[in-house]
Amino acid sequence: MDIIQTEHLVYEYAKRDEEGNITGTSRAIDGVDIDIRQGQFVAVLGHNGSGKSTFAKHLNAILVPTAGTVWVDGKDTKAPEELWNVRQTAGMVFQNPDNQIIGTVVEEDVGFGPENLGVPTDEIWQRVEESLKAVGMLEYRHHSPNKLSGGQKQRVAIAGVVAMEPKCIVLDEPTAMLDPSGRKEVLKTVQELRTKKQVTVILITHYMEEVIDADKIYVMDHGHVVMEGTPREIFSQVDTLKKYRLDVPQVTILADELRKRGLDIPAGILRKEELVEALCRSN
Amino acid sequence: MSIKLEHINYIYSEGTAYEKHALKDVNLEIRDGEFVGVIGHTGSGKSTLIQHLNGLLKASSGALYFNGRNVYEEGYPMKELRSQVGLVFQYPEYQLFEADVMTDVCFGPKNQGLSPEECKERAMEALKLVGLKEKYYQSSPFELSGGQKRRAAIAGVLAMRPKVLVLDEPTAGLDPKGRDEILGQIASLHKASGLTVILVSHSMEDIARYADRIIVMDHGKVRYNDTPKHVFTHYMELEKMGLAAPQVTYIMHDLREHGLSVTTDVTTVEEAADQIMQALEMKQ
Repeated sequence: MDIIQTEHLVYEYAKRDEEGNITGTSRAIDGVDIDIRQGQFVAVLGHNGSGKSTFAKHLNAILVPTAGTVWVDGKDTKAPEELWNVRQTAGMVFQNPDNQIIGTVVEEDVGFGPENLGVPTDEIWQRVEESLKAVGMLEYRHHSPNKLSGGQKQRVAIAGVVAMEPKCIVLDEPTAMLDPSGRKEVLKTVQELRTKKQVTVILITHYMEEVIDADKIYVMDHGHVVMEGTPREIFSQVDTLKKYRLDVPQVTILADELRKRGLDIPAGILRKEELVEALCRSN
Repeated sequence: MSIKLEHINYIYSEGTAYEKHALKDVNLEIRDGEFVGVIGHTGSGKSTLIQHLNGLLKASSGALYFNGRNVYEEGYPMKELRSQVGLVFQYPEYQLFEADVMTDVCFGPKNQGLSPEECKERAMEALKLVGLKEKYYQSSPFELSGGQKRRAAIAGVLAMRPKVLVLDEPTAGLDPKGRDEILGQIASLHKASGLTVILVSHSMEDIARYADRIIVMDHGKVRYNDTPKHVFTHYMELEKMGLAAPQVTYIMHDLREHGLSVTTDVTTVEEAADQIMQALEMKQ
C-alpha cells in the first residue's frame, strides 16, 4: 500500500454564531483522492483557502475526515488506537518556526519528540545528533534557538521531526517567513532527507520555484484537486494556473514571453539552464 | 515632506547580557512620493528600522527628522507623527479585533478624534482602496480568507490617511494572485495619490518590480542605497548577506557567459525579454 492514500476525503468545518451554536457547515475538502508512494516528493499548490492546509492536517490526524478515509502507511487515521502510529509516521513542519520550538537549547528541542515516543535515553541522544547532522545544524546543538536566523530555526524544527524517524514529512509553507538564503537552506535540507533517508516529502508552498524538482504536483481549488502532473506538465499551463490564483517560476514567464514574441522555445521551461540552452541552440 | 535619519543607533536591552546593537549609524533620507524597498536577511535590522519611522522605537542616539523637524526634541507631537506615518506590521491580520470589519477599520480614525460619520466615510474609502468587496464590511474578520483579512488590516491603517505607508512583508503567506493584487493596489495608490511607500520584503522579484530605490540592510548597517538596477548588479555580495537577485538577473548573466550580448543589469521579465530580442536581432 502507498504511504499516503485518501479516498473521497471530505472535511466540513462547523460554522458557529457568537454563542458558539452551530449555524451551518462549510466544506473545506470535497472528495479528494490522492496516492503518494514512499520516497516521492509531492507538492501541493493552491490559493489561500483552497483547502491545502486542511488537507495537510489530515495526514497526521490533527483533523480526521468528516467522510471518506485517509490511510497513512496503511493505518486509518480515524482509528483512535492508530493515532500515535499515524503521528509517528507523518511528521509536520509549519510556517512559523517560533511557534514550533519549545526547548531553550537546540539539542533539547530536537530531543523532545523522541522522548515523548518513549525512546531510551541513549538512543535519544544518538537521534538528536543524527538529525542535527542531517539538517546541517550539529554545530549549533548547544545554542539557544532564539539567537538563530529564521532558516536555522526552521531547520531545527525539521530536525525535531526527523528525530522521530517519520517515513513521511509534511511541510506547510515552511519558507513563507524566510529570507532568500533561509529558503534555499530549508529546501536543500528537505531534498537531502529525501535522497539520503528516503523520506517521503509533501511540500505545501506559494513559491512556484520551490516545486520544480517535485515528482508530482497537485493543485487544489475549493477543496478539489483540479490539476495533477509533473512540474513540466503543470507549469506549461500558465493560463490555467493563473485562473487558480497561482503563477509559474519567473524563468517560465520569461520563456513564455519570448515565445509570444516569435522565438522558438519549447513550453514548460522550469530552470534557467534550460532557457539559456534553448536560446543559444535554436536562435 | 521627507523623513531623514541621521546617525541613528539602536541598542536593544542596553547594559544587560542580552544587549544587541540592532542599528549602526544609519543615515537615510526618504523623500516625498518615493516607493522605497527595504531588503535584508532575518535579523538585519529591517523591522527595527521601520519601527523608528513612526516613533514606536526611539533611537539610542542620532536624530530623526520628519518634514525638517527633529521628532526627538521635547514637545514634538508624536501622535501626529503616528497618524502621518502608517505602519503595517507583519501578519497584520492578527491585530484585527473588532466584531466586524467596518468597526475595525474605523478604530484608527476614531482615535484621531473624528466624528462617527467621518470615520465611516474614511473606512469606506480605505476598504475600496484595498479592494475588499462591500459584502464583507459587516462580516466578522474571522470569516474572511487570509488575503481578505490582510486587506482589512491594511485598510485600518489607510483609513488614518497617512502620508507615508510602511509595510513589513505585507505579502508573506499569500498566494501569488493575492501578492500581485495587494502590491498592485499599493502601487496604484502610490501613483494616484503620491503616497510615499516603504516596502519591506523577502521577495526580490517584488521589490525589483515596484521599488524606485532599494535600501539593503546587513547586520544593522545600510549596505546599499540605490536603484534596483544598481543594487542587483551586486548579486554576489547580496548572496553573502543572505539575499539574492531576481531570477531574471541570473539568466542574463548566464546568457552573457554563453556569448549573447545582453546587458546584465536587468531586474524584470519585460526588460529581460526586450534585451534578449535585441541581442538576437543584432546577432543575425
